[in-house]
Amino acid sequence: MSTLIAAENVSRILPGPQPVALVREVSLAVRPGEFVAITGPSGSGKSSLLYLLGLLDRATEGRILLEGRDTAQMSDDALAAARLARLGFVFQFHFLLPEFTTLENVLIPMRRLGRLSDRDQEARAKALLEAMGLAEAMGKYPDQLSGGMRQRVAIARALANDPAVILADEPTGNLDTKNASAVFDIFAALVASGERSVVVVTHDQHLAARATRQVRLVDGRITDDSAALVG
Amino acid sequence: MSLTLAIAVGHLKRRKRQTVVSLLGVALGVGFFVAIAALMRGFQTYFVQQVIDVAPHVVMKDEFRSPDLQPAERAFAGGAVVVRGVRPREAVRGIREAGAKIEAIEAIPGVAAAPVLRGPALFRYGGRDVAVSLAGIDPGRERRVTNIEKDMIAGRLEDLRATANGVIVGIGVAQRLGASLGDTVIAVAPSGVATSFRIVGLIETGVTALDEREAYVLLRLAQVILDRPNVINQIRIRLEDVRKAEPLARRLETAFGYRTESWEESNRNVLALFVIQNAIMFSVVGAILLVAAFGIYTIISQVVHEKARDIAILKSLGFRASDIQAIFLLEGVIVGVAGAVVGWAVGYGLIEVLAQIRFQSAGGPLRGRDGFILARETWPYLAGGGFALIAAMVAAFVPARKASRLNPVEIVRGAA
Repeated sequence: MSTLIAAENVSRILPGPQPVALVREVSLAVRPGEFVAITGPSGSGKSSLLYLLGLLDRATEGRILLEGRDTAQMSDDALAAARLARLGFVFQFHFLLPEFTTLENVLIPMRRLGRLSDRDQEARAKALLEAMGLAEAMGKYPDQLSGGMRQRVAIARALANDPAVILADEPTGNLDTKNASAVFDIFAALVASGERSVVVVTHDQHLAARATRQVRLVDGRITDDSAALVG
Repeated sequence: MSLTLAIAVGHLKRRKRQTVVSLLGVALGVGFFVAIAALMRGFQTYFVQQVIDVAPHVVMKDEFRSPDLQPAERAFAGGAVVVRGVRPREAVRGIREAGAKIEAIEAIPGVAAAPVLRGPALFRYGGRDVAVSLAGIDPGRERRVTNIEKDMIAGRLEDLRATANGVIVGIGVAQRLGASLGDTVIAVAPSGVATSFRIVGLIETGVTALDEREAYVLLRLAQVILDRPNVINQIRIRLEDVRKAEPLARRLETAFGYRTESWEESNRNVLALFVIQNAIMFSVVGAILLVAAFGIYTIISQVVHEKARDIAILKSLGFRASDIQAIFLLEGVIVGVAGAVVGWAVGYGLIEVLAQIRFQSAGGPLRGRDGFILARETWPYLAGGGFALIAAMVAAFVPARKASRLNPVEIVRGAA
């Protein structure tokens, strides 16, 4: 089975007088259609692992493969290009650009990539927002939206360039139970086609249980992987 | 609108007041530069016209730059030859074959030449003596090489010919003698010859040194009084294009050997003054733009600091470091360009205001002017705008680079 993104024996060590290991010798392969929840106590390195998988950070040891390609050898610009075309991020904070409307925020990655025509970009952005139940909010600015709506805009933005993997770092951390549940519903629907995968870092065990695969991290090491049990 | 531009404009719109303040800083710098340049250049151009056009553009004199070499020095050039106590030759000075030379000079297109015999004389009137520099001129040719006619405040140039023993004197000479138009003065030449002259014209050039010394008579008459028949000792030359004066002077000196001075050489001290004046102008304006640049630096640094999260998300979305740098550089350019454009308007307005100001006319070279002399030229606009743009880009560069190097992981972590 092919993997979309894989960590092979990856460690991330913060340099300094007393080096701190955030992630230790982690190997993790994410396959298409998987909805992976990474859980673990605070400081266990789950966010650090997500940033490594998302090519935002470079591994100190080991390597990250994106669709089979070794990313350790790629330049920063090449990594940026890979993030733009193949990855989508959702963070705890929505990080929408306040100067732009909801629609414009979703358009930004598409305009940067420039793969679609202007008209197709706008059609796709509208479709994504409608799918998120945000048809009414398109012309509004982020500060006119509720927290749950903002996070759904952020998901729409992450989906803008039709990425292979959505990486979410505590996406429900600032949401109430109802909105958090809605976000996980969306993630579950995204992987349903079997082509895309979603990796979510969360400390909420109830939500994590709704993922198709649970990975538990303690002190930077994987202590539990539900896929391993199945496999 | 490109995405980079849209984001840059969005950032600046969010900080309208600060953007406007930095923009005004740039605008004032550019505006003052444009206005001061117009003022300085106007004055300088006018000054050059007034003071330097009073005299001919090029004067050939019956002198040589270096004394004649002795035969021994010529024979052993470069050798250890020292000749001392040489008695100067009692040569009859003057420009040889002046007629042919004038013809040769006039053959050059755009060049006019006139012969002059200049010598010292003493004017006496009612017991007062004034030393003058007597110039024998050919009125027909002289009016083509100097502004003598324009500077005449009484009488006409033709009266030199129409009146027997007519003389045109500087207003200062007349005042010091206590004589006025129509009075007869006695001229005493170094040889002792005394002749009566009738004042047929008065000249005011505005240059005191000239007005208190100059006296013009017919060339023939000067040759008689100074006892130098058929001799001239200056050829005065005027060009259509003043800027060609120096090369022409060098050419003529090489061709004929006589010391030939252009107006630039004769007025080197004044021109050096202008260089200093311009340097002061550029320093002042540079200081204003420097302050404006700090303003731009501050605002963009603040935007970078404030927008750290936006930078992080843009990077995680797949923007390259160079894309981020471009956004913030563009913000500097926007402030710079907008500042320059507003500055042009400010400068244009300042010039128009300055043009309205009237004040009591001063004497001297500025006589007859009751306002600022303004040069309305294009280059200060271009130079000021260029300075502003460069200053803005340099100011934006440092924060822009800082922004491009921000590590998104650190910011995302910090926010969580």
